[in-house]
Amino acid sequence: MGQIPTEHGLILAGLLFILGLVGLLVRRNVIFMLLAVEIMLNAAGLAFVAAGARWNQPDGQVMFIFVLTMAAAEVSVGLALVLLLYQEFKTLDADAASRLRD
Amino acid sequence: MLDLLWLIPALPCAGFVVLVMVGSRLSRPIAASLGVISVGLSAAVALLVGVDFIWFWPENIYAQRLWTWIAVDRFTPAIGFSLDALSLVMILVVSVVGFLILLYSAGFMIRSEGYSRFFAYMNLFVGSMLTLVMADNLLLLYLGWEGVGLCSYLLIGFWYSDPANGRAAIKAFIVTRVGDASMAVGIFLIFVSLGTLQIQDAVQRAQITWAVGSGTAIAASALLLGGALGKSAQLPLQTWLPDAMAGPTPVSALIHAATMVTAGVYLIARTHVLFTLAPPVLTAIAVIGAITLLIAGVSALTQHDIKRVLAYSTISQVGYMFLALGVGAWSAAVFHFVTHACFKALLFLCAGVVIQGLDEEHNMFKMGGLRRLIPGTFWCFLVGAASLSALPIVTAGFYSKDLILMEAWSSQAGGGWLWLAGLAGAFLTSMYAFRMVFLTFFGEAKATFHKRADITMKIPLVILSALSIVTGLIETPRSLGNITFFSDFMESVLPELPARALNAAVEISVPLASVIGLYLAYLLFLRRRGWTERISGTPAGSLLHAYWFSGWGFDWLYDRLIVMPFVRAANWNKEDVIDLGYGAIAWVSTVSSMALALTQTGKIRWYAAAIALGALLFMGIVVLG
Repeated sequence: MGQIPTEHGLILAGLLFILGLVGLLVRRNVIFMLLAVEIMLNAAGLAFVAAGARWNQPDGQVMFIFVLTMAAAEVSVGLALVLLLYQEFKTLDADAASRLRD
Repeated sequence: MLDLLWLIPALPCAGFVVLVMVGSRLSRPIAASLGVISVGLSAAVALLVGVDFIWFWPENIYAQRLWTWIAVDRFTPAIGFSLDALSLVMILVVSVVGFLILLYSAGFMIRSEGYSRFFAYMNLFVGSMLTLVMADNLLLLYLGWEGVGLCSYLLIGFWYSDPANGRAAIKAFIVTRVGDASMAVGIFLIFVSLGTLQIQDAVQRAQITWAVGSGTAIAASALLLGGALGKSAQLPLQTWLPDAMAGPTPVSALIHAATMVTAGVYLIARTHVLFTLAPPVLTAIAVIGAITLLIAGVSALTQHDIKRVLAYSTISQVGYMFLALGVGAWSAAVFHFVTHACFKALLFLCAGVVIQGLDEEHNMFKMGGLRRLIPGTFWCFLVGAASLSALPIVTAGFYSKDLILMEAWSSQAGGGWLWLAGLAGAFLTSMYAFRMVFLTFFGEAKATFHKRADITMKIPLVILSALSIVTGLIETPRSLGNITFFSDFMESVLPELPARALNAAVEISVPLASVIGLYLAYLLFLRRRGWTERISGTPAGSLLHAYWFSGWGFDWLYDRLIVMPFVRAANWNKEDVIDLGYGAIAWVSTVSSMALALTQTGKIRWYAAAIALGALLFMGIVVLG
């Protein structure tokens, strides 16, 4: 396999991040929002990996493992919150849970 | 024996501490005896120390340094006491007269509320005054000075349930504070300029560093003089003293005789070397003393209230001491302090018996004829009044006042005018003193007498009467025995004036003035009462009477000049102009917080968008900037 240029990796990561961000902003379903956050995290991870490959350092991959671990923790907490949200509001609409306003 | 010196101020202070902590739980006799005995012991120690110092101590000064109070670089004032002739005289007068007044109070205050509180304050008063006169550095002196001021406030307002008493207390505190502030600045100046607060060192260094009449010397001594004027109730800070009569009578006796008002005289005598370096200030002291003694003497002549007469008479007599200090007759001033302490305490305590016996009647015109009802008090009061008016030969007041006037005449700094003012003052003094005697004790009785003095009140009266007669014999003029025990003793601290020849006319004038004053008082206030009424009945007479009665309108003047503008400024500034700035800050943050609160929608997607936008913004700044 030939060498993939670093720019390609970074552009892909940027596209994925924007995709995730747009998903986070436009979806109202909490589960989809969590998914979007996952995409953004992975985009950041991809950027780490691409940068690590550029400098021939293992650090990028090490960081990605950290990101994965963190993402797992985030999802477990997030899903627990989603369950509670559903029990409370009987809906998964994030805009319905706006009681913190006051 | 001399190493017991520290006990002299410590005993009254210890009495104060005990009385304050457990006083309210003690029975009245125990509280009183605690207060009286602690001061009595202090007086006994003072006498022992005095004997030891005079006969067995080879040097002129004994210093006792207990511990270092504060240590900051070169600034190391100590808790230390020094004993020399001047402080010994002060200690003896303060502790002995203080003891007698406390003994009297034990009987006098017996029916008053706050009995143990009274003795606690009195003990602290005596303790502070002893600290003041024994301190070997200016900072400790200032501590005692402020302690005396505090106690005067507490005791003048002792019967605090009457707001008028509270006002009098606050007035005394604030007016003396004006002087105290000046004195504090003076002490700072001395430290900055001479690098020490030890009185002995400061005096020695000042003689080397400061030229006679130099600006620093004049500034420092003028500032110290400001403090002395406030405490000693001299012009222009004399207005607090007549109002200080709101306190119980023994308090007045203590303030006037032994403590407080004489602090200023002591301060000037103690630092007299600084004052000799500033001749204009010395002249000012003499002139202030002369004017004060005349003004207060005239005011005393018009008062109805027996205690106010005595108050004005104190201002006037302290004026004599200032006159003496101003002409450089240091030991004459201290001598007059000693005799004044005896007879003024006596007069106040007798007045206390009269006032209490007549159910708190202060007005002399409603008294009268008490001579036959309370002969003992009458004779004591007569002795006090005679001593106050310097009746020749038999009274102590004569010897001290005569000495002051002779030195005012003969001193380089003195002169005819000062002497004449003093002479006029002597005439006024005997006139108002005997006006008081005639109005109170002679004529027909106008009121019934209820409460007689008990034994604890009688003993101090008798002792003080004896002292009012014999203390004069420690120093007599050349034509009358020429005893110079007192001035010889003081010479180690206070240099004597070079004597100048006196003529007979000067020597005879003081006794003559006092006898004429007595006779005039007899005519105007006993024999021909109609004359007085006719004089004060004329328009000019009544106007002058009202003017003098109000103490020459100083209260009115200060009200207009200081109090009312201040109150007006305070009213105008009720909204606090400076606070408006801080208010604006609070207002801006409130408004912006409300604006920001609008963004708090509770919608998580908005927040996410805001975060994204913010991130974009910062990235833009980083990339483009």
